[in-house]
Amino acid sequence: MIKRFLPNTFIVAALAMLFPFAGTADVPLPVINEPEGEDVECVEPEDDMIRNHMNYILHQRDETMHRGIRTSRHSFAECIDCHVQPDEQGNIASIDSNEHFCRTCHEYSAVTIDCFDCHADRPQEFIEREKPADHPPVSLQQQVHQLLSATEPTAGDSK
Amino acid sequence: MKKIDYKEIEGKSLAYYGLLGGLGLIILVALLAVYQMEHEGHYITGMTNQIVWGMPHVFAVFLIVAASGALNVASIASVFKKEAYEPLARLSGLLAIALLAGGLVILLLDLGRPDRLIVAMTYYNFKSIFAWNIFLYTGFFAIVGVYVWFMMDHNMYKFKKKAGLAAFIWRLILTTGTGSIFGFLVARSAYDAALMAPMFIIMSFAFGLAIFILVLMASYKWTGRELGDDILVRLRGLLGVFVAAVLYFVAVYHLTNLYITEHHGVEKFILLEGGQFTQVFWIGQIILGGLLPLALIYAPGVRDSRQVLGLICGLIIIGGLSSMYTIIIGGQAYPLEMFPGYEVSSTFFDGVVSNYTPSSYEVALGLGGVAIAMVIVAFLIKVLPFLPASLADKQ
Amino acid sequence: MSDAVNHSRRSFLEKTAAVGAITIAPGIMLHQVASAKPDDQPVTDAVRWGMLINTNKCEDGCTDCVDACNAEHGLVGNNRPETDTQYIRKVTLREKQTGHELSLPLMCQHCETAPCVDVCPTGASFKRKDGIALVDKHICIGCRYCMMACPFKARSFVHEQVRNQTLSAPRGKGTVESCTMCVHRVDKAQVPACVEACTQGEHHAFIFGDLNDPNSEISQELAKHGGKQIRADLKLNTGVRYQGI
Repeated sequence: MIKRFLPNTFIVAALAMLFPFAGTADVPLPVINEPEGEDVECVEPEDDMIRNHMNYILHQRDETMHRGIRTSRHSFAECIDCHVQPDEQGNIASIDSNEHFCRTCHEYSAVTIDCFDCHADRPQEFIEREKPADHPPVSLQQQVHQLLSATEPTAGDSK
Repeated sequence: MKKIDYKEIEGKSLAYYGLLGGLGLIILVALLAVYQMEHEGHYITGMTNQIVWGMPHVFAVFLIVAASGALNVASIASVFKKEAYEPLARLSGLLAIALLAGGLVILLLDLGRPDRLIVAMTYYNFKSIFAWNIFLYTGFFAIVGVYVWFMMDHNMYKFKKKAGLAAFIWRLILTTGTGSIFGFLVARSAYDAALMAPMFIIMSFAFGLAIFILVLMASYKWTGRELGDDILVRLRGLLGVFVAAVLYFVAVYHLTNLYITEHHGVEKFILLEGGQFTQVFWIGQIILGGLLPLALIYAPGVRDSRQVLGLICGLIIIGGLSSMYTIIIGGQAYPLEMFPGYEVSSTFFDGVVSNYTPSSYEVALGLGGVAIAMVIVAFLIKVLPFLPASLADKQ
Repeated sequence: MSDAVNHSRRSFLEKTAAVGAITIAPGIMLHQVASAKPDDQPVTDAVRWGMLINTNKCEDGCTDCVDACNAEHGLVGNNRPETDTQYIRKVTLREKQTGHELSLPLMCQHCETAPCVDVCPTGASFKRKDGIALVDKHICIGCRYCMMACPFKARSFVHEQVRNQTLSAPRGKGTVESCTMCVHRVDKAQVPACVEACTQGEHHAFIFGDLNDPNSEISQELAKHGGKQIRADLKLNTGVRYQGI
C-alpha cells in the first residue's frame, strides 16, 4: 500500500519543504508618502482611517450626490488635496503611476478601486489643462464652428 | 402516460468535439472583442451618442425573445395537454434557458460598466421596466429549471403541469416586459406604442419555434437518431400560423402609424427613405422573414422536404434579426421630433438621420452570445437525458 | 468663508428691496432664497431651480454658453463628434412653412417627471429634491437606457477613458452624463456657467432662478411673458422654458 503511493509521498514531502519559504515572496511593501508637517493630521484617527476609509468615502458620496451635503471633513477632493502632493523633485504621481498614494496600498492588498476612473487623481492646481486665460475662448469657438460646418445636414440623408 | 425513452447523446465523435471547438472559438473571439470594448471604450464600436444600442442589442433581444418562444413546445405539452409534443418538452425547456443565457451574456458584456453587475443586482428602481426584467430573467431561469427538473424526476412528475403553467405565465410576462422596453419610451416616434409588447410575444412564438425546429433536426440528424415526419408536420403547421400572426401585427403597427399624421415622418423613413433600414425592413423582415417562409410552408410539393423546412427556419431567423435591427436601430436612427414643422440642425446631430455601421466588435459579441446558447445545448444533451432515443412516428 | 458671505448677504438683503437678481461680483448672483444653503444641510424641495431662455436674444453663430460649459467641465473633444460628450448644444431651427429662423441652446431640461429617471434600472439617474436631474455615476452601469428614453437627446455616454477631470464634473468611461445645471455652482449660490457666460457676453438670453419663488426674476418673467416647454405635449413639466419658440 505504502509502496504504491511512495512516489506521491515524495512529491508531497518535497513540496511541503518549500512551505517555510512561502512568506518571502517578492512583493514589496507599499511606500506610503504621508503629508509633510508635524501638525498635519488626518480628519480621523489614523487607525480608524486605515480600516474604515472606504466607509467614509462611500457614505459621503451618497450624502453629496443625493442630498447635496458638501462638508469638507470627508470630502474626497480634500483627501486628494492633502495626500497627493508633489515629491521633493516636484513630480506628482497620477493614478497610472504606481507611486500614487492610493495605488501603493491598493496594489499591495489587491483591492481594485475605480474612483479615479471618474475623479481627478491629483489636486486641480497640478493638472495641466488649457485654461481659458492661456487660450482665449476664440479657439474653442472655432472648434465648435468647425464642427457645425462639418456636420451640414442634408435632407433625406441616409446610407 | 406512455413511457418515453430519453437518452443522452453519445457525444464522442470528432464532429461533436469539432462543433464544441468551433463554438468555443467563436466565444473566444467574442471575449476578445469585449475586452477591447471595455478597455478602450465604446468609441471603437459603431455605437454613438445617437445610436446607443447596436448589433449586440439586436442579437441579445432576438435571443431573449426567442428564448421565451422556445418554451412554447413544452407549454403546449404541459399546459395545453397535447400529448404528441410531450417528448419534446425537455429539449424545449433546455433551449429556452440556453437562448436566454446567451442573450443576457451579450447584454451584460456590452454594458459601459460590466464590473458593476453586483450594483445592478442590488440597487433597484422599481419604476424601471429594466429593473423588472432583471427579476423576470433570473426568475425565468429558476422557474424553467424547476420545470425541467420536474420533467426529469419521477418523484416530481406529478407537479410538472403546475410548473409548466407557472413557466407559461412567467414567460408571457417576461416577453411583455421585453417589448415594453421599447413600448414605454415616449421619446421616439417608432416606439411609444402599446402594441410593442404583444408584437414581441407573437414574434417570440415564431422565432423560438424556428430555432427549436432547427436544433431538433440537427441534433437528431447528427446523432443518427430517428425523427419521424409526424412531429415535423405538426411543428411546421404551427410555424405557419405564427409567421402569419407576426405579419399581421407588423401590418397593424405600420398601418396605424400611417393613419396618424404625427407618425408619418418615421413611417416614411422606415418604409421608403431609410436606405439600409428600408432595405432591411422590406427584404429582411417582410420578404425573407414573412412572405417567403409562408409561401414555402404552404406550397404543395415541398411539404415533406426537411431541407426546405430547415431553409424556412433559417429565413425566419434572418427575418427575426432584421425585425430587431429595424426596430432597435432604425428606431434610433430617425431623429427625435422636438420641433414639429422645423428643419433642425446642431453639432449633436439633431434633426438628421443618424448613420450606423456595425463594427466587427459588436457582431463578434452578438455571435458569441449565439455560440454560448448553442454550447449549452450541445453540452447538456450529452450529460443529461434531454432527447428521446427515438422520435419515430407512432405506428 | 461661507459664514462671512452669509453675514454680508443677510445685511445686504435687509437693505435691499429689489426684486430682480443682482450681481455683486462676477458670477455671484443673489438668489431670492433667504440665504445660500449651508454645506451641511441637505437640499429640500422648497426650491425648484429652473432656467428661462429667450431665443429672441440668442444669436445664431454665438456659442458662449457651449464654450463656457465645455471649459467648466473639462469637456475636451476627441475629434469624434459622434461620440464626444456635449452637455449643451446650439440648435438652429428653420420653420419650413414660413422660413422663420431661430437658434437656441438645448441641454437637459430637468423635467419634473423625467423619463430618464423612470427607466434607470439602478436608480442612478435621479432627481435631486431641488429639481436638478443628475446621474449618480457611482451606481451607473452604463446600460444607456436613459439615453434611449430622453425626449431631448440630452445625455451622452463616455466612450473613452477620461483623465485630468475637473472638480466640478467627475466623469469617466462607461457611464452616462448630462447637464447638471452646474449643481456644484448652484450649491455655492452661483449661477450655471452657461448663464454666467451669456450674461457676461451681454446677450442676456438666460435667466436662472427659483421656480417655486413667485418673487424671483424667473417667476416674474414667466408670469408676465410666459415660457414654453419643448415637447410640451409630453407633459413632463420641464425646469427649462423657452420664449420665442
